[in-house]
Amino acid sequence: MENIQTPEIAIETKNLFIFYGSFAAVSEVNMKIEKQKVTAIIGPSGCGKSTLIRAFNRMNDFVPSSYVTGEILLQGQNLYGRDIDPVEVRRKIGMVFQKPNPFPKSIYENIAWGANINGFKGNMDELVEQSLRGAALWDEVKDKLKKSAYELSGGQQQRLCIARTIAIQPEIILMDEPASALDPISTLRIEELMQELKKNYTIIIVTHNMQQAARVSDYTAMMMLEKDGSRSGTVIEFSETKKIFTNPKDKRTEDYVTGRFG
Amino acid sequence: MKQENTIMENQLFRPLDLKKKIRPGESVIQALLFIAGFLSIFITLAIVYELGKEAWLFFGNPDVTFAKFFGTTEWSPGIGKYGIWPLVTSTLITSTIAIFVSLPLGLAVALFLSEYASPKARSALKPILEILAGIPTVVYGYFALLFMTPLLQSIFGKQTVEVYNMASAGLVMGIMILPLISSMSEDALSAVPRALREGAYAMGATKFETSIQVVLPAALSGIGAALIIGISRAVGETMIVAIAAGSGPNFTFNPFKAAETMTGHIARISGGDLSYNSIDYTSLFAIALMLFLVTLILNLISQGIINKFRQRYE
Repeated sequence: MENIQTPEIAIETKNLFIFYGSFAAVSEVNMKIEKQKVTAIIGPSGCGKSTLIRAFNRMNDFVPSSYVTGEILLQGQNLYGRDIDPVEVRRKIGMVFQKPNPFPKSIYENIAWGANINGFKGNMDELVEQSLRGAALWDEVKDKLKKSAYELSGGQQQRLCIARTIAIQPEIILMDEPASALDPISTLRIEELMQELKKNYTIIIVTHNMQQAARVSDYTAMMMLEKDGSRSGTVIEFSETKKIFTNPKDKRTEDYVTGRFG
Repeated sequence: MKQENTIMENQLFRPLDLKKKIRPGESVIQALLFIAGFLSIFITLAIVYELGKEAWLFFGNPDVTFAKFFGTTEWSPGIGKYGIWPLVTSTLITSTIAIFVSLPLGLAVALFLSEYASPKARSALKPILEILAGIPTVVYGYFALLFMTPLLQSIFGKQTVEVYNMASAGLVMGIMILPLISSMSEDALSAVPRALREGAYAMGATKFETSIQVVLPAALSGIGAALIIGISRAVGETMIVAIAAGSGPNFTFNPFKAAETMTGHIARISGGDLSYNSIDYTSLFAIALMLFLVTLILNLISQGIINKFRQRYE
């Protein structure tokens, strides 16, 4: 990592619209997401949080009829440029999903697989150990690496998914409500882990849980449906988490974070 | 909130009564389901009993011994040759050829339909496969005899490929089983949760890597079930082999030679003039029992293989 003194931008959206057919699910998003910080996206259900986060690694490509206008820039390259390979994008921008989704393979293979398909040539045992340590899972699974990943608890599975993501050394890790299917203790461990991870990675997290956003994130983007009744979501306020929760500019943000929304 | 609750309590709920209630609908359904389950087991057992009873007469013949049955390689009960192997090997050879055709091809079709095809392509392809499944086997039989055999002869030469041969029957049988394997495998592949595919894609996997290395292993038990049914279908298939594989038991491992399978033999002999309790008659039941056994063993083997993988992968 280079100079940390001036805030470095990891990824940036410029006038981003995401459509499903003719319906703009997300409109006009302009965000500069800082490197090695946790950026939370919060907002009520159905406001396009997941759609937005999935745009960052082109997961929306799998939804037929979805398309994007505007730009998402990673180191100056537009992820939606004509000559961009989505497979390469996803190698640089990893993702952890709402429900833990380990592969039906052993714990070891869950991590080795991604590294393998990404052309990893080094010492696989070492990589597996490092990744598991990085996801704070090593001590719990070091004696059963050959066991199926399905034998782990939900929280462990989710940390395994984080481990397999960091094994391919992405620039950015997207987390789409990573703790919403987990119990409070597992949630806490994931949150602690995020603080560790941001030393090396840029993290973008979608969460329903405002306390979680307040606890883990450095920046928060507040999403809300447009006022014009188009059912299209947009970022209405984006700034430091502290400001969003203590001194929001937008009345709607204030209503939402204080629980007076709707 | 408080007010709503009292309204609901007063108007919707019966007074508290936790005593057992008689629910006739439940009992009737339970009884019907039990009868259905029992019947299927009973019928299977009845078939085994009937086969066993007649086969017992065959093995009860002083001339027939297990040593002859399993130890010799000529089958002609009328003249005292009781070696079952020529019928078994030809069944295994035709079935193996059929599986080698239908499994890879069926899996490829299934993968294409479930992972690659656009909805448009899928809706065009599936009916075609269903047509393939609806063709009567007698048509397949003549297809083997009149199309596949000449084709094989033009490739390998007329000296090598006999007019009636196991290869053409096996190949066409593979085509016949193809829709079965592909549609069952496609169901298994489609049942793999989307989350698993997304997880793979999010790791920077290509479509092919995702399909082959994540989706396919996850669908393995369903694909295994397709394989088992495919094998049973191939082993039990009669018409194609009766028409195209040749008549007359022949102990050979050369797929281009004519050799009668167990089913083909039963069909031919029982179509002819048979007197009850003759050795030819009872021998058919011995063959049928053997067929039953072969199917069972093959099923157990495939089940074992699947279980091994399933334990490792799930």
